[in-house]
Amino acid sequence: MPKFDKRAGNVLVWALLLSAPFWLPMIGSYVELGSRVVIYALAAMALNFLLGYTGVLSFGHAAYFGLGAYGTALTIKYLEPSTPVGMLAGIVLGTVAAALIGPMIARLRGVYFAMCTIAFGQVFYFIAFQWFSLTGGDDGVSAWHRVPLNFGFATLDILNNNKAFYYFVVAVFAVCVAAMAFLLRSPFGRTLLAIRENERRARFLGIPVDWHIWMSWVISCFFVSIAGTLFALMNDFVDPRALRWDQSGNFVIMAVLGGMRSFWGPLIGSAIFLVLQDYISSETENWMSFIGLFFVLVVLFFPRGVLGIIRRKAAS
Amino acid sequence: MSLLQVEKVSKHFGSLVAVNDVSMTVERGELRAVIGPNGAGKTTFFNLISGFLTPSSGRITFDGEDVTNLLPARRVWRGIARTFQITEVFPELTIRENLRIAVEVASGYRLRMWQSRDADGEVKARVVDLLEMSGLTEKADRLVGELAHGDQRANEIMMALALKPRLLLLDEPTAGMGDQETYDITQLIRKLHREQKLTIVLIEHDMRVVFHLADRIMVLDQGKFLAEGTPQDIAANEAVQAAYLGKVAA
Repeated sequence: MPKFDKRAGNVLVWALLLSAPFWLPMIGSYVELGSRVVIYALAAMALNFLLGYTGVLSFGHAAYFGLGAYGTALTIKYLEPSTPVGMLAGIVLGTVAAALIGPMIARLRGVYFAMCTIAFGQVFYFIAFQWFSLTGGDDGVSAWHRVPLNFGFATLDILNNNKAFYYFVVAVFAVCVAAMAFLLRSPFGRTLLAIRENERRARFLGIPVDWHIWMSWVISCFFVSIAGTLFALMNDFVDPRALRWDQSGNFVIMAVLGGMRSFWGPLIGSAIFLVLQDYISSETENWMSFIGLFFVLVVLFFPRGVLGIIRRKAAS
Repeated sequence: MSLLQVEKVSKHFGSLVAVNDVSMTVERGELRAVIGPNGAGKTTFFNLISGFLTPSSGRITFDGEDVTNLLPARRVWRGIARTFQITEVFPELTIRENLRIAVEVASGYRLRMWQSRDADGEVKARVVDLLEMSGLTEKADRLVGELAHGDQRANEIMMALALKPRLLLLDEPTAGMGDQETYDITQLIRKLHREQKLTIVLIEHDMRVVFHLADRIMVLDQGKFLAEGTPQDIAANEAVQAAYLGKVAA
Protein backbone atom coordinates (compact mmCIF):
# COMPACT_ATOMS: atom_id res chain seq x y z
CA MET A 1 0.00 0.00 0.00
CA PRO A 2 1.50 3.36 -1.00
CA LYS A 3 2.40 5.75 1.75
CA PHE A 4 0.05 8.42 0.47
CA ASP A 5 -2.96 6.14 0.91
CA LYS A 6 -1.98 5.42 4.49
CA ARG A 7 -1.73 9.09 5.29
CA ALA A 8 -5.00 9.82 3.52
CA GLY A 9 -6.60 7.01 5.55
CA ASN A 10 -5.34 8.52 8.79
CA VAL A 11 -6.61 11.98 7.86
CA LEU A 12 -10.00 10.52 6.95
CA VAL A 13 -10.27 8.62 10.25
CA TRP A 14 -9.42 11.64 12.37
CA ALA A 15 -11.64 13.98 10.33
CA LEU A 16 -14.59 11.62 10.80
CA LEU A 17 -13.90 11.16 14.52
CA LEU A 18 -13.49 14.87 15.23
CA SER A 19 -16.58 15.90 13.31
CA ALA A 20 -18.79 13.05 14.56
CA PRO A 21 -20.83 15.07 17.10
CA PHE A 22 -21.95 17.27 14.22
CA TRP A 23 -22.88 14.67 11.64
CA LEU A 24 -24.14 11.92 13.94
CA PRO A 25 -27.43 13.72 14.78
CA MET A 26 -27.87 14.55 11.09
CA ILE A 27 -28.02 10.87 10.15
CA GLY A 28 -30.51 10.15 12.92
CA SER A 29 -27.99 8.90 15.45
CA TYR A 30 -26.70 10.39 18.70
CA VAL A 31 -23.42 11.44 20.29
CA GLU A 32 -23.40 8.71 22.96
CA LEU A 33 -23.22 6.10 20.22
CA GLY A 34 -20.09 7.85 18.98
CA SER A 35 -18.53 7.68 22.46
CA ARG A 36 -19.39 4.01 22.70
CA VAL A 37 -17.87 3.25 19.29
CA VAL A 38 -14.62 5.01 20.21
CA ILE A 39 -14.37 3.30 23.61
CA TYR A 40 -14.97 -0.16 22.15
CA ALA A 41 -12.60 0.68 19.31
CA LEU A 42 -9.88 1.39 21.87
CA ALA A 43 -10.57 -1.95 23.56
CA ALA A 44 -10.55 -3.81 20.24
CA MET A 45 -7.38 -2.05 19.08
CA ALA A 46 -5.72 -2.90 22.38
CA LEU A 47 -6.72 -6.53 21.88
CA ASN A 48 -5.42 -6.34 18.34
CA PHE A 49 -2.01 -5.24 19.59
CA LEU A 50 -1.81 -8.78 20.93
CA LEU A 51 -3.91 -10.59 18.32
CA GLY A 52 -2.96 -8.89 15.06
CA TYR A 53 0.59 -7.80 15.84
CA THR A 54 1.87 -10.51 18.16
CA GLY A 55 -0.28 -13.35 16.84
CA VAL A 56 -1.67 -14.33 20.25
CA LEU A 57 -5.42 -14.72 20.75
CA SER A 58 -6.80 -13.67 24.12
CA PHE A 59 -10.39 -14.49 24.97
CA GLY A 60 -10.22 -12.84 28.36
CA HIS A 61 -9.58 -9.17 27.73
CA ALA A 62 -12.93 -8.22 29.24
CA ALA A 63 -11.43 -9.03 32.64
CA TYR A 64 -8.95 -6.15 32.42
CA PHE A 65 -11.52 -3.94 30.72
CA GLY A 66 -13.84 -4.68 33.63
CA LEU A 67 -11.15 -4.21 36.27
CA GLY A 68 -10.46 -0.81 34.76
CA ALA A 69 -14.16 -0.03 34.97
CA TYR A 70 -14.59 -1.31 38.55
CA GLY A 71 -11.42 0.41 39.73
CA THR A 72 -12.72 3.71 38.42
CA ALA A 73 -16.27 3.29 39.72
CA LEU A 74 -15.27 2.16 43.21
CA THR A 75 -12.60 4.83 43.59
CA ILE A 76 -14.92 7.64 42.56
CA LYS A 77 -17.75 6.28 44.68
CA TYR A 78 -15.90 5.47 47.90
CA LEU A 79 -12.48 7.13 47.89
CA GLU A 80 -12.07 10.24 45.86
CA PRO A 81 -14.66 11.94 43.65
CA SER A 82 -12.19 12.78 40.90
CA THR A 83 -12.25 11.51 37.32
CA PRO A 84 -8.45 11.38 36.79
CA VAL A 85 -7.84 9.64 40.13
CA GLY A 86 -10.56 7.14 39.35
CA MET A 87 -9.09 6.45 35.93
CA LEU A 88 -5.61 6.04 37.33
CA ALA A 89 -6.87 3.54 39.90
CA GLY A 90 -8.71 1.56 37.24
CA ILE A 91 -5.70 1.47 34.93
CA VAL A 92 -3.36 0.37 37.73
CA LEU A 93 -5.78 -2.33 38.86
CA GLY A 94 -6.25 -3.75 35.36
CA THR A 95 -2.59 -3.58 34.40
CA VAL A 96 -1.23 -5.04 37.63
CA ALA A 97 -3.68 -7.94 37.45
CA ALA A 98 -2.58 -8.61 33.87
CA ALA A 99 1.09 -8.39 34.79
CA LEU A 100 0.62 -10.95 37.57
CA ILE A 101 -1.43 -13.37 35.50
CA GLY A 102 0.85 -12.97 32.48
CA PRO A 103 3.68 -15.29 33.63
CA MET A 104 1.17 -18.09 34.16
CA ILE A 105 -0.06 -17.98 30.57
CA ALA A 106 2.80 -16.54 28.50
CA ARG A 107 4.22 -20.01 27.89
CA LEU A 108 0.96 -21.28 26.41
CA ARG A 109 0.09 -21.11 22.74
CA GLY A 110 -2.95 -21.10 20.53
CA VAL A 111 -6.13 -22.54 21.96
CA TYR A 112 -4.47 -23.25 25.34
CA PHE A 113 -3.64 -19.59 25.74
CA ALA A 114 -7.17 -18.60 24.72
CA MET A 115 -8.75 -21.09 27.17
CA CYS A 116 -6.61 -19.94 30.09
CA THR A 117 -7.39 -16.30 29.40
CA ILE A 118 -11.12 -17.15 29.49
CA ALA A 119 -10.63 -19.05 32.74
CA PHE A 120 -8.80 -16.19 34.46
CA GLY A 121 -11.34 -13.75 33.04
CA GLN A 122 -14.20 -15.72 34.55
CA VAL A 123 -12.45 -15.68 37.93
CA PHE A 124 -12.74 -11.90 37.96
CA TYR A 125 -16.32 -12.10 36.71
CA PHE A 126 -17.31 -14.31 39.64
CA ILE A 127 -15.45 -12.15 42.13
CA ALA A 128 -17.36 -9.11 40.89
CA PHE A 129 -20.57 -11.13 40.94
CA GLN A 130 -20.16 -12.62 44.42
CA TRP A 131 -18.44 -9.87 46.42
CA PHE A 132 -21.74 -8.17 47.07
CA SER A 133 -20.62 -5.87 49.88
CA LEU A 134 -18.04 -4.18 47.67
CA THR A 135 -19.29 -4.53 44.11
CA GLY A 136 -23.03 -4.76 44.62
CA GLY A 137 -22.96 -8.13 42.87
CA ASP A 138 -25.33 -8.43 39.95
CA ASP A 139 -26.73 -4.95 40.60
CA GLY A 140 -23.39 -3.36 39.84
CA VAL A 141 -21.85 -0.19 41.20
CA SER A 142 -24.32 2.65 40.84
CA ALA A 143 -25.10 5.93 42.62
CA TRP A 144 -21.93 7.67 41.48
CA HIS A 145 -21.11 9.73 38.45
CA ARG A 146 -18.12 11.07 36.57
CA VAL A 147 -16.81 14.43 37.72
CA PRO A 148 -16.13 17.46 35.51
CA LEU A 149 -12.44 17.87 34.74
CA ASN A 150 -10.84 20.80 36.45
CA PHE A 151 -7.65 22.02 34.76
CA GLY A 152 -7.18 24.97 37.13
CA PHE A 153 -7.65 27.60 34.47
CA ALA A 154 -10.72 25.99 32.98
CA THR A 155 -13.24 23.26 33.63
CA LEU A 156 -14.39 20.71 31.08
CA ASP A 157 -17.91 19.67 31.94
CA ILE A 158 -17.80 16.07 30.79
CA LEU A 159 -20.72 15.27 33.11
CA ASN A 160 -23.54 17.27 31.59
CA ASN A 161 -22.21 18.10 28.16
CA ASN A 162 -22.16 14.93 26.10
CA LYS A 163 -20.13 16.55 23.32
CA ALA A 164 -17.46 17.47 25.85
CA PHE A 165 -17.44 13.89 27.09
CA TYR A 166 -17.14 12.63 23.50
CA TYR A 167 -14.12 14.84 22.87
CA PHE A 168 -12.58 13.74 26.14
CA VAL A 169 -12.96 10.13 25.02
CA VAL A 170 -11.48 10.92 21.60
CA ALA A 171 -8.53 12.71 23.23
CA VAL A 172 -7.74 9.68 25.42
CA PHE A 173 -8.23 7.43 22.40
CA ALA A 174 -5.84 9.56 20.34
CA VAL A 175 -3.08 9.37 22.94
CA CYS A 176 -3.48 5.61 23.34
CA VAL A 177 -3.63 4.89 19.63
CA ALA A 178 -0.60 7.10 18.95
CA ALA A 179 1.30 5.27 21.68
CA MET A 180 0.42 1.89 20.18
CA ALA A 181 1.41 3.01 16.69
CA PHE A 182 4.67 4.35 18.10
CA LEU A 183 5.40 1.07 19.89
CA LEU A 184 4.64 -0.97 16.80
CA ARG A 185 7.15 1.04 14.78
CA SER A 186 9.95 0.52 17.29
CA PRO A 187 12.47 -2.32 17.28
CA PHE A 188 10.48 -3.89 20.13
CA GLY A 189 7.31 -3.71 18.03
CA ARG A 190 9.07 -5.51 15.22
CA THR A 191 10.09 -8.35 17.54
CA LEU A 192 6.36 -8.85 18.12
CA LEU A 193 5.77 -9.07 14.37
CA ALA A 194 8.60 -11.57 14.26
CA ILE A 195 6.83 -13.73 16.86
CA ARG A 196 3.57 -13.51 14.94
CA GLU A 197 5.24 -14.44 11.68
CA ASN A 198 7.37 -17.33 12.89
CA GLU A 199 7.94 -18.09 16.53
CA ARG A 200 10.69 -20.60 15.87
CA ARG A 201 12.67 -18.16 13.77
CA ALA A 202 12.13 -15.43 16.35
CA ARG A 203 13.49 -17.69 19.09
CA PHE A 204 16.53 -18.57 17.01
CA LEU A 205 17.24 -14.92 16.35
CA GLY A 206 17.75 -14.65 20.08
CA ILE A 207 14.38 -13.19 21.05
CA PRO A 208 13.16 -14.61 24.39
CA VAL A 209 9.69 -15.22 22.99
CA ASP A 210 7.75 -15.87 26.21
CA TRP A 211 9.09 -12.74 27.81
CA HIS A 212 8.15 -10.60 24.79
CA ILE A 213 4.66 -12.14 24.71
CA TRP A 214 4.28 -11.23 28.37
CA MET A 215 5.22 -7.63 27.61
CA SER A 216 2.85 -7.46 24.67
CA TRP A 217 0.12 -8.90 26.88
CA VAL A 218 0.69 -6.32 29.61
CA ILE A 219 0.76 -3.44 27.11
CA SER A 220 -2.42 -4.72 25.49
CA CYS A 221 -4.16 -5.09 28.87
CA PHE A 222 -2.97 -1.65 29.92
CA PHE A 223 -4.78 -0.08 26.96
CA VAL A 224 -7.86 -2.26 27.37
CA SER A 225 -8.12 -1.17 31.01
CA ILE A 226 -8.04 2.46 29.85
CA ALA A 227 -10.99 1.64 27.59
CA GLY A 228 -12.65 0.07 30.65
CA THR A 229 -12.28 3.22 32.73
CA LEU A 230 -13.88 5.27 29.94
CA PHE A 231 -16.66 2.70 29.72
CA ALA A 232 -17.46 3.13 33.42
CA LEU A 233 -17.36 6.91 33.08
CA MET A 234 -19.66 6.85 30.07
CA ASN A 235 -22.30 4.80 31.86
CA ASP A 236 -21.78 6.26 35.36
CA PHE A 237 -22.29 2.61 36.25
CA VAL A 238 -20.61 -0.75 36.00
CA ASP A 239 -21.88 -4.28 36.47
CA PRO A 240 -20.33 -7.75 36.09
CA ARG A 241 -21.31 -8.02 32.44
CA ALA A 242 -18.44 -5.61 31.69
CA LEU A 243 -15.97 -8.38 32.48
CA ARG A 244 -17.86 -11.48 31.39
CA TRP A 245 -16.44 -13.74 28.69
CA ASP A 246 -18.97 -12.66 26.05
CA GLN A 247 -17.59 -9.15 26.35
CA SER A 248 -14.16 -10.57 25.49
CA GLY A 249 -15.79 -12.26 22.52
CA ASN A 250 -17.16 -8.92 21.38
CA PHE A 251 -13.67 -7.44 21.30
CA VAL A 252 -12.40 -10.38 19.26
CA ILE A 253 -15.36 -10.12 16.85
CA MET A 254 -14.74 -6.40 16.37
CA ALA A 255 -11.05 -6.90 15.67
CA VAL A 256 -11.61 -9.75 13.22
CA LEU A 257 -14.61 -8.09 11.58
CA GLY A 258 -12.74 -4.90 10.83
CA GLY A 259 -9.49 -6.60 9.92
CA MET A 260 -6.85 -7.63 12.41
CA ARG A 261 -3.91 -6.99 10.10
CA SER A 262 -4.98 -3.38 9.63
CA PHE A 263 -4.22 -0.78 12.24
CA TRP A 264 -7.68 0.84 11.98
CA GLY A 265 -9.50 -2.43 11.38
CA PRO A 266 -10.82 -2.81 14.95
CA LEU A 267 -12.22 0.74 14.84
CA ILE A 268 -14.22 -0.14 11.72
CA GLY A 269 -15.26 -3.41 13.36
CA SER A 270 -16.39 -1.59 16.48
CA ALA A 271 -18.43 0.88 14.42
CA ILE A 272 -20.11 -1.85 12.37
CA PHE A 273 -20.81 -3.98 15.44
CA LEU A 274 -22.31 -1.21 17.55
CA VAL A 275 -24.29 0.44 14.77
CA LEU A 276 -25.78 -2.92 13.78
CA GLN A 277 -26.51 -3.61 17.43
CA ASP A 278 -28.11 -0.20 17.85
CA TYR A 279 -30.39 -0.47 14.83
CA ILE A 280 -31.23 -4.16 14.92
CA SER A 281 -31.84 -4.33 18.65
CA SER A 282 -34.61 -1.75 18.27
CA GLU A 283 -36.32 -4.20 15.87
CA THR A 284 -35.66 -7.56 17.46
CA GLU A 285 -34.19 -9.04 20.61
CA ASN A 286 -32.16 -11.46 18.51
CA TRP A 287 -29.78 -8.80 17.20
CA MET A 288 -26.83 -11.00 18.05
CA SER A 289 -27.84 -13.61 15.47
CA PHE A 290 -27.67 -10.98 12.74
CA ILE A 291 -24.27 -9.82 13.85
CA GLY A 292 -23.25 -13.46 14.06
CA LEU A 293 -24.39 -14.08 10.51
CA PHE A 294 -22.55 -11.02 9.25
CA PHE A 295 -19.44 -12.14 11.15
CA VAL A 296 -19.58 -15.63 9.65
CA LEU A 297 -19.90 -14.20 6.14
CA VAL A 298 -16.95 -11.87 6.64
CA VAL A 299 -14.74 -14.60 8.10
CA LEU A 300 -15.67 -17.06 5.33
CA PHE A 301 -15.29 -14.75 2.37
CA PHE A 302 -13.05 -11.95 3.60
CA PRO A 303 -10.72 -13.42 6.20
CA ARG A 304 -8.80 -10.16 6.35
CA GLY A 305 -11.88 -8.28 7.52
CA VAL A 306 -13.70 -5.31 6.10
CA LEU A 307 -10.63 -3.11 5.90
CA GLY A 308 -8.75 -5.99 4.30
CA ILE A 309 -11.20 -5.90 1.37
CA ILE A 310 -10.79 -2.17 0.90
CA ARG A 311 -7.02 -2.45 1.01
CA ARG A 312 -6.98 -5.26 -1.52
CA LYS A 313 -9.19 -3.22 -3.87
CA ALA A 314 -6.86 -0.26 -3.47
CA ALA A 315 -3.82 -2.40 -4.18
CA SER A 316 -5.16 -4.06 -7.33
CA MET B 1 40.94 -24.16 22.51
CA SER B 2 38.40 -25.41 19.99
CA LEU B 3 35.32 -23.32 19.28
CA LEU B 4 32.83 -26.12 19.74
CA GLN B 5 33.30 -29.30 21.70
CA VAL B 6 30.59 -31.89 21.81
CA GLU B 7 31.41 -34.68 24.24
CA LYS B 8 29.55 -37.98 24.17
CA VAL B 9 26.06 -36.57 23.75
CA SER B 10 23.05 -38.86 23.53
CA LYS B 11 19.38 -38.16 22.98
CA HIS B 12 16.67 -40.66 23.85
CA PHE B 13 13.05 -40.40 22.80
CA GLY B 14 11.47 -43.10 24.92
CA SER B 15 13.23 -46.28 23.89
CA LEU B 16 14.52 -44.77 20.66
CA VAL B 17 18.10 -43.60 20.79
CA ALA B 18 18.28 -40.88 18.12
CA VAL B 19 21.82 -39.81 18.94
CA ASN B 20 24.10 -42.25 20.69
CA ASP B 21 27.30 -41.13 22.36
CA VAL B 22 28.51 -38.80 19.63
CA SER B 23 31.48 -36.47 20.03
CA MET B 24 32.71 -33.76 17.71
CA THR B 25 35.28 -30.98 17.89
CA VAL B 26 35.10 -27.99 15.57
CA GLU B 27 38.01 -25.59 15.22
CA ARG B 28 37.70 -21.87 14.49
CA GLY B 29 37.35 -21.09 10.80
CA GLU B 30 36.54 -24.66 9.89
CA LEU B 31 33.75 -25.77 7.57
CA ARG B 32 32.50 -29.08 8.81
CA ALA B 33 29.92 -31.24 7.09
CA VAL B 34 27.82 -33.82 8.90
CA ILE B 35 26.48 -36.51 6.61
CA GLY B 36 24.72 -39.81 6.97
CA PRO B 37 21.82 -41.83 5.58
CA ASN B 38 18.25 -40.85 6.41
CA GLY B 39 17.48 -41.36 10.06
CA ALA B 40 21.12 -41.16 11.07
CA GLY B 41 20.32 -38.53 13.70
CA LYS B 42 21.95 -35.59 11.96
CA THR B 43 19.15 -33.11 12.59
CA THR B 44 18.70 -34.28 16.19
CA PHE B 45 22.43 -33.79 16.70
CA PHE B 46 22.05 -30.25 15.32
CA ASN B 47 19.10 -29.59 17.57
CA LEU B 48 21.21 -30.53 20.58
CA ILE B 49 23.90 -28.04 19.60
CA SER B 50 21.48 -25.19 18.88
CA GLY B 51 19.37 -25.79 21.98
CA PHE B 52 16.19 -26.83 20.22
CA LEU B 53 16.54 -30.01 22.28
CA THR B 54 18.63 -30.72 25.35
CA PRO B 55 20.75 -33.87 25.47
CA SER B 56 19.83 -36.84 27.65
CA SER B 57 23.51 -37.11 28.52
CA GLY B 58 26.83 -35.64 27.48
CA ARG B 59 28.28 -32.16 27.43
CA ILE B 60 28.50 -29.32 24.91
CA THR B 61 31.11 -26.61 25.32
CA PHE B 62 31.14 -23.48 23.20
CA ASP B 63 34.24 -21.30 23.37
CA GLY B 64 35.16 -22.81 26.72
CA GLU B 65 31.73 -22.33 28.24
CA ASP B 66 29.29 -25.11 29.07
CA VAL B 67 26.11 -24.52 27.04
CA THR B 68 24.59 -28.00 27.40
CA ASN B 69 21.36 -26.85 29.02
CA LEU B 70 21.08 -23.24 27.89
CA LEU B 71 17.90 -21.97 26.25
CA PRO B 72 18.10 -21.36 22.47
CA ALA B 73 17.96 -17.55 22.74
CA ARG B 74 20.88 -17.58 25.19
CA ARG B 75 22.96 -19.71 22.84
CA VAL B 76 22.20 -17.22 20.07
CA TRP B 77 23.48 -14.42 22.30
CA ARG B 78 26.72 -16.36 22.75
CA GLY B 79 27.11 -16.67 18.99
CA ILE B 80 25.45 -19.86 17.77
CA ALA B 81 23.06 -19.18 14.86
CA ARG B 82 21.24 -21.72 12.76
CA THR B 83 18.97 -22.31 9.79
CA PHE B 84 16.42 -25.09 9.47
CA GLN B 85 15.83 -27.93 7.06
CA ILE B 86 12.43 -26.43 6.26
CA THR B 87 13.08 -22.72 5.77
CA GLU B 88 11.99 -20.63 8.75
CA VAL B 89 11.46 -17.00 7.76
CA PHE B 90 8.86 -14.25 8.23
CA PRO B 91 6.70 -14.84 5.14
CA GLU B 92 4.43 -11.81 5.32
CA LEU B 93 7.25 -9.32 5.65
CA THR B 94 9.70 -8.19 2.98
CA ILE B 95 13.31 -9.39 2.83
CA ARG B 96 14.38 -5.97 4.05
CA GLU B 97 12.10 -6.24 7.08
CA ASN B 98 13.24 -9.80 7.76
CA LEU B 99 16.86 -8.72 7.82
CA ARG B 100 16.10 -5.55 9.72
CA ILE B 101 14.57 -7.48 12.60
CA ALA B 102 17.59 -9.77 12.72
CA VAL B 103 20.01 -6.83 12.68
CA GLU B 104 18.11 -4.96 15.37
CA VAL B 105 18.02 -7.95 17.65
CA ALA B 106 21.72 -8.54 17.06
CA SER B 107 22.47 -4.89 17.87
CA GLY B 108 20.76 -5.28 21.24
CA TYR B 109 17.74 -3.15 20.36
CA ARG B 110 15.07 -5.77 20.93
CA LEU B 111 13.65 -4.00 23.99
CA ARG B 112 13.88 -0.51 22.57
CA MET B 113 10.40 0.93 22.42
CA TRP B 114 11.19 3.97 20.35
CA GLN B 115 12.68 4.63 16.97
CA SER B 116 16.05 6.35 17.09
CA ARG B 117 17.32 8.02 13.95
CA ASP B 118 20.98 7.21 14.57
CA ALA B 119 20.37 3.58 15.41
CA ASP B 120 18.00 3.28 12.50
CA GLY B 121 20.56 4.59 10.03
CA GLU B 122 23.17 2.16 11.28
CA VAL B 123 20.69 -0.74 11.10
CA LYS B 124 19.62 0.17 7.57
CA ALA B 125 23.22 0.37 6.38
CA ARG B 126 23.91 -3.08 7.78
CA VAL B 127 20.79 -4.43 6.04
CA VAL B 128 22.02 -3.00 2.74
CA ASP B 129 25.39 -4.73 3.29
CA LEU B 130 23.70 -8.05 3.90
CA LEU B 131 21.48 -7.63 0.85
CA GLU B 132 24.47 -6.93 -1.36
CA MET B 133 26.45 -9.81 0.02
CA SER B 134 23.62 -12.22 -0.77
CA GLY B 135 22.62 -10.73 -4.13
CA LEU B 136 19.06 -10.16 -2.90
CA THR B 137 19.10 -6.37 -3.33
CA GLU B 138 16.69 -6.32 -6.26
CA LYS B 139 14.13 -8.41 -4.41
CA ALA B 140 14.55 -6.58 -1.10
CA ASP B 141 11.06 -5.10 -1.01
CA ARG B 142 9.15 -8.20 -2.00
CA LEU B 143 7.34 -10.34 0.53
CA VAL B 144 9.46 -13.33 1.44
CA GLY B 145 6.50 -15.70 1.14
CA GLU B 146 6.21 -14.85 -2.56
CA LEU B 147 9.82 -15.63 -3.42
CA ALA B 148 11.40 -18.76 -4.86
CA HIS B 149 12.67 -21.33 -2.39
CA GLY B 150 16.31 -20.52 -3.12
CA ASP B 151 15.80 -16.83 -2.33
CA GLN B 152 13.96 -17.68 0.88
CA ARG B 153 16.87 -19.88 1.89
CA ALA B 154 19.38 -17.15 1.09
CA ASN B 155 17.26 -14.78 3.18
CA GLU B 156 17.29 -17.24 6.08
CA ILE B 157 21.07 -17.65 5.88
CA MET B 158 21.52 -13.88 5.82
CA MET B 159 19.26 -13.50 8.86
CA ALA B 160 21.46 -15.95 10.71
CA LEU B 161 24.50 -14.06 9.50
CA ALA B 162 23.01 -10.76 10.66
CA LEU B 163 23.41 -12.09 14.19
CA LYS B 164 27.19 -11.96 13.71
CA PRO B 165 27.50 -15.56 14.80
CA ARG B 166 30.76 -17.22 15.72
CA LEU B 167 29.29 -20.55 14.69
CA LEU B 168 26.76 -20.98 11.91
CA LEU B 169 24.75 -24.20 11.74
CA LEU B 170 23.10 -24.93 8.39
CA ASP B 171 20.63 -27.81 8.27
CA GLU B 172 20.48 -29.05 4.66
CA PRO B 173 20.87 -25.65 3.03
CA THR B 174 20.21 -27.00 -0.47
CA ALA B 175 17.32 -29.36 0.37
CA GLY B 176 14.62 -29.34 -2.28
CA MET B 177 16.48 -27.10 -4.70
CA GLY B 178 17.20 -27.29 -8.40
CA ASP B 179 20.73 -27.31 -9.81
CA GLN B 180 21.03 -23.57 -10.32
CA GLU B 181 19.71 -22.75 -6.84
CA THR B 182 21.97 -25.37 -5.28
CA TYR B 183 24.92 -23.84 -7.06
CA ASP B 184 24.00 -20.30 -5.92
CA ILE B 185 23.58 -21.30 -2.29
CA THR B 186 26.83 -23.26 -2.37
CA GLN B 187 28.64 -20.21 -3.71
CA LEU B 188 27.07 -18.06 -1.00
CA ILE B 189 28.17 -20.41 1.77
CA ARG B 190 31.67 -20.64 0.32
CA LYS B 191 31.87 -16.87 0.15
CA LEU B 192 30.78 -16.46 3.77
CA HIS B 193 33.28 -19.05 4.86
CA ARG B 194 36.16 -17.51 2.91
CA GLU B 195 35.45 -13.81 3.33
CA GLN B 196 33.99 -13.70 6.82
CA LYS B 197 36.20 -16.50 8.18
CA LEU B 198 33.02 -17.93 9.56
CA THR B 199 32.99 -21.29 11.30
CA ILE B 200 30.25 -23.36 9.71
CA VAL B 201 28.79 -26.77 10.45
CA LEU B 202 26.34 -28.05 7.86
CA ILE B 203 24.23 -31.10 7.26
CA GLU B 204 23.92 -31.97 3.62
CA HIS B 205 22.61 -34.75 1.43
CA ASP B 206 24.02 -33.49 -1.84
CA MET B 207 27.53 -35.00 -2.00
CA ARG B 208 28.67 -32.56 -4.68
CA VAL B 209 28.00 -29.75 -2.23
CA VAL B 210 29.68 -31.57 0.65
CA PHE B 211 32.83 -32.42 -1.23
CA HIS B 212 32.97 -28.97 -2.74
CA LEU B 213 32.71 -27.12 0.56
CA ALA B 214 33.82 -29.15 3.54
CA ASP B 215 37.23 -29.08 5.19
CA ARG B 216 36.29 -32.11 7.24
CA ILE B 217 33.37 -34.48 7.21
CA MET B 218 31.76 -36.40 10.02
CA VAL B 219 29.54 -39.37 9.22
CA LEU B 220 26.70 -40.55 11.41
CA ASP B 221 24.79 -43.77 10.95
CA GLN B 222 21.81 -44.88 13.04
CA GLY B 223 22.60 -42.32 15.69
CA LYS B 224 26.21 -43.39 16.05
CA PHE B 225 29.52 -41.92 15.03
CA LEU B 226 30.80 -43.78 11.99
CA ALA B 227 33.79 -41.89 10.65
CA GLU B 228 35.48 -38.53 10.44
CA GLY B 229 38.13 -37.11 8.15
CA THR B 230 38.92 -35.06 5.10
CA PRO B 231 36.69 -35.50 2.03
CA GLN B 232 39.32 -37.81 0.52
CA ASP B 233 39.42 -40.01 3.63
CA ILE B 234 35.66 -40.26 3.74
CA ALA B 235 35.33 -41.05 0.03
CA ALA B 236 37.77 -43.92 0.52
CA ASN B 237 36.27 -45.18 3.77
CA GLU B 238 34.72 -48.62 3.37
CA ALA B 239 32.44 -48.38 6.38
CA VAL B 240 30.94 -45.19 4.97
CA GLN B 241 30.40 -46.75 1.57
CA ALA B 242 28.76 -49.70 3.26
CA ALA B 243 26.42 -47.48 5.27
CA TYR B 244 25.36 -45.60 2.18
CA LEU B 245 25.04 -48.55 -0.15
CA GLY B 246 23.50 -50.85 2.44
CA LYS B 247 26.25 -53.46 2.35
CA VAL B 248 27.63 -55.20 5.40
CA ALA B 249 30.97 -53.69 6.24
CA ALA B 250 33.76 -56.05 5.36
